Amino acid sequence: MTEVLVAFLVSTIVASTPLLLAATGELVVERVGVLNLGVEGMMLAGAIAAFAVAHLTATSTLGILAAIAAGVLLALIFAVVALTLQANQTATGLALTIFGRGFSALLGAGFVGIPASPLPKLRLPVLSDLPVLGPVLFSHDVLVYLALLLLCLVAWCIRRTHLGLIMRAVGDSHDAAHALGYKVLAIRYAAVAFGGALAGLAGAYMSLSYTPMWAQDMTAGRGWVALALVTFAAWRPFWLLIGAWFFGALMYLSLYVQALGLSIPSPFLSAVPYIGTVVVLVLISRDRRRIRLHRPAMLGRPFQSRT
Amino acid sequence: MQRRQFTRLLGATAAAATLPALIPPVQAADPLKIGFIYVGPVGDFGWSYEHDLARQEAAKHFGDRIKTTYVENVPEGPDSEKVLNDLANQGNKLIFATSFGFMNYTLASARKHPDTFYEHATGYKRAANVSTYNIRFYEGRFVQGVIAGKLSKSGVAGYVGSIPVPEVVQGMNAFMLGMLSVNPKARLKFIMINSWYDPPKEGDAAKALMDQGCDIITQHTDSPAPLQAAAARGIKAFGQSTDMTRFAPTTQLTASEDIWGPYYIKRIQDVLDGNWKSTDTWGGFATGMLKLSPFANMPDDVKALAESTQADIKAGKNKVFVGPITDQSGAVKVPAGVVMDDGALNAMQWLVQGIEGKLG
Repeated sequence: MTEVLVAFLVSTIVASTPLLLAATGELVVERVGVLNLGVEGMMLAGAIAAFAVAHLTATSTLGILAAIAAGVLLALIFAVVALTLQANQTATGLALTIFGRGFSALLGAGFVGIPASPLPKLRLPVLSDLPVLGPVLFSHDVLVYLALLLLCLVAWCIRRTHLGLIMRAVGDSHDAAHALGYKVLAIRYAAVAFGGALAGLAGAYMSLSYTPMWAQDMTAGRGWVALALVTFAAWRPFWLLIGAWFFGALMYLSLYVQALGLSIPSPFLSAVPYIGTVVVLVLISRDRRRIRLHRPAMLGRPFQSRT
Repeated sequence: MQRRQFTRLLGATAAAATLPALIPPVQAADPLKIGFIYVGPVGDFGWSYEHDLARQEAAKHFGDRIKTTYVENVPEGPDSEKVLNDLANQGNKLIFATSFGFMNYTLASARKHPDTFYEHATGYKRAANVSTYNIRFYEGRFVQGVIAGKLSKSGVAGYVGSIPVPEVVQGMNAFMLGMLSVNPKARLKFIMINSWYDPPKEGDAAKALMDQGCDIITQHTDSPAPLQAAAARGIKAFGQSTDMTRFAPTTQLTASEDIWGPYYIKRIQDVLDGNWKSTDTWGGFATGMLKLSPFANMPDDVKALAESTQADIKAGKNKVFVGPITDQSGAVKVPAGVVMDDGALNAMQWLVQGIEGKLG
């Protein structure tokens, strides 16, 4: 029983990590009032960049850095088109996803069918050997801890720091922020680049750790799940964490329950993680006022300086 | 430009336009256009990858006599009919639709384009201009089952399934029959991930199966993720559609390899010769459409048994689905000595006794 519990918790953490990384990035982007639907595309760019560089240089650290660079690069394309040129953000984001899928497939054509050694798992002297807690908490790879660390940093930054206050101001009323002398465009560029970096990391986690290989479209829609998590968590970091864990847990449980041989139709079980996560997040954020309070008022609106 | 000149020019154009009708077209000048649609990406290193290798093989074989086009990631729904119609409208005279779910859309598209020939993989509906072709994957599954039955210590194997269409059901049943032939107490657990391709989910499904005591993993999905997940835990597994040894050198026992190339070349030749007819092809070991990767990571006696099983199937001595076969409820589905016919195989929607779980 303990083994099953450990397997369940480990799988949950693994499955939630790419979602958490991508969603944390998107949360920052949306908090400053920008909607970037290109998460899936940036994740794929990160996945192929990480795999290709890690494979060619035999250094996974360089792969991770390449993934960040690829994510930022795609995010900057989005920023130029949607922020500077003020194209429709929804359409630009969708285009970015389509571009990322196609471009990663093109770059990845030569890397299909090559195995990779997964990212090394952290081994801590005493902690990793603890029963239950050891395998569940102290034997993951570096990206798992980075995801949690980044989430805490983002949460702290948004809530407790001056920078967070500025970000929220830009997201809630860019004209007011601008009038106060803040560089709205520069802040949005930085946030979009940060979102790209985290989506790239999420991709790196996919191709270097989750399933250590490159396969076309290997993210299989996880970018969209991350986007949905941000909205359903009502733009609050720690609820994002709950959403990601919940999704990861249901993902594993829906598979586990099927293998038990209960007569529940498999298409229904496949839908459970999605339905379940939406229901839970809607329930915990059912207070309309709260949502209005947290929803960045300028979400998706272009900013035009009138000076 | 003066009017006279213009009339002359018009006349010349008209003459030029009628000219080709008088001179028969040179055949080499217009290659036969052939279209392919794939359900997954060509980079899946599995199902669609093998179809695309076969396409490339045919393109190489015929050189500039043919021109191939492919569309990947085509969803198994109404969109696929649009893609098929587009390919036909672009002048493709032979179109290969390479997934089960394209079946009805292939027929619909074929009705609209009676001059185009269609080839539908793994389906059972045909028309005057629609052929079907498939591989007897279950032959390979039976051999896998024999190996699993011999090697499994817990007697429980895990099957990462995709969508419970007859082809997948046949695969599970054949695997189970193979296991039972060497271990009457064997059992098989399965998970349908409801997709042909989703690497992380495929891997997670393999983990969930291993968490429930399955110590041999086989898969009916298109990426090497389940094999990798098994390798990470030191559990033996089978590759799918293509030799995946590289992903798990000490894990892969064998893999069923789909060999579509010779079939594609033959059908293209038929069109070039004007001999194309609607047919139904279902080849296995005997026709070379199915191959097993070299048996590895198993003791010699198991290897010998696997080889002799494969030889028996190839020679037609072992028909795999031979009675007595009982289903999950214990009812005899196939009486002793009776061999299931292809029609019954293609409509298979019940599970052999020993498999745990229900079809969704």
